[in-house]
Amino acid sequence: MRRGHLDPVDRVIVVALQRGVPIVERPFAELAASLETTEEAVVARLARLVSTGLVSRFAPMLDAEKLGGAVSLCAMAVPPDRFDEVATILAAMPEVAHNYEREHRFNMWFVLAVERPEDLPKAIARIEAVTGLSVLDLPKLEEYRLELVLPV
Amino acid sequence: MALSPADRALLAALEEGLPLVPRPFAALGARLGLGEAEVLARLAALRAAGVINRAGLIVRHRELGFRANAMVVLDVPDDELQAAGTRLAREPSVSLCYARPRRPPLWPYNLFSMVHGRERRETLREVHAILMRTGLEAVPRAVLFSTRRFIQRAARYAPIEAGAAETPA
Repeated sequence: MRRGHLDPVDRVIVVALQRGVPIVERPFAELAASLETTEEAVVARLARLVSTGLVSRFAPMLDAEKLGGAVSLCAMAVPPDRFDEVATILAAMPEVAHNYEREHRFNMWFVLAVERPEDLPKAIARIEAVTGLSVLDLPKLEEYRLELVLPV
Repeated sequence: MALSPADRALLAALEEGLPLVPRPFAALGARLGLGEAEVLARLAALRAAGVINRAGLIVRHRELGFRANAMVVLDVPDDELQAAGTRLAREPSVSLCYARPRRPPLWPYNLFSMVHGRERRETLREVHAILMRTGLEAVPRAVLFSTRRFIQRAARYAPIEAGAAETPA
């Protein structure tokens, strides 16, 4: 279904709030006013978007490194007949935050996030031991852009 | 930044999702025994310190119709990397842009970006247009479309969690 189930008002709300919720007493007031509606109506729409799964959560994005943790993007070249098995192994590991199949020889791409930097090589070693596959470890060296605003 | 126990409790509560009421920070504070003003002050400090990158809606790309999501990776000469990353980052349809290490001989690419689209040809056209505009059309590259998503959840940093927004969709 193209554009999910967003109506034009939903779209304005989603675009505005992806950029961030203002840290003020009534963060939805300005948005409600611009839409000529009430804060309660904005909140009700948000609740519906969350309950239908179009929006996963309404939460802060934290900087793992500033919190003393570590994050890395990792990739593996998984034989196609083992793909689901390996994905299931990763899904059971709390350090694995995202896992995507991509069309490439390196077909499994996942983000590892750990509380302490020294846990990162340990998690990678564990994945390599359990799967028998080698892991490409591609930590961020420089960030040029982090913006997650989809023009819905 | 060293987090106080109150900051950790606040981030952990916020991680569950902002309460969907007109005064969400008051509701959050009520759960933790903090006043609204204190919640706002602490969150503003955490954001100023860069611990909170952004606090907003986290959308599900695929469910919203963005099914052609490409990770575009380039092998840029080291002395041009910074300038190339900065140019790519200015492109409106590039959502993430990072320098990462090459792992020769298996992985020759050092500049990573994400481009989202609704259908594959549209995304590829956009990728091509971006590379032309940024003068990167001749650089070795690969475009990796995602085909399935297995996990999308916040990374865990007991007792708080961090949204690891490295490669959406």
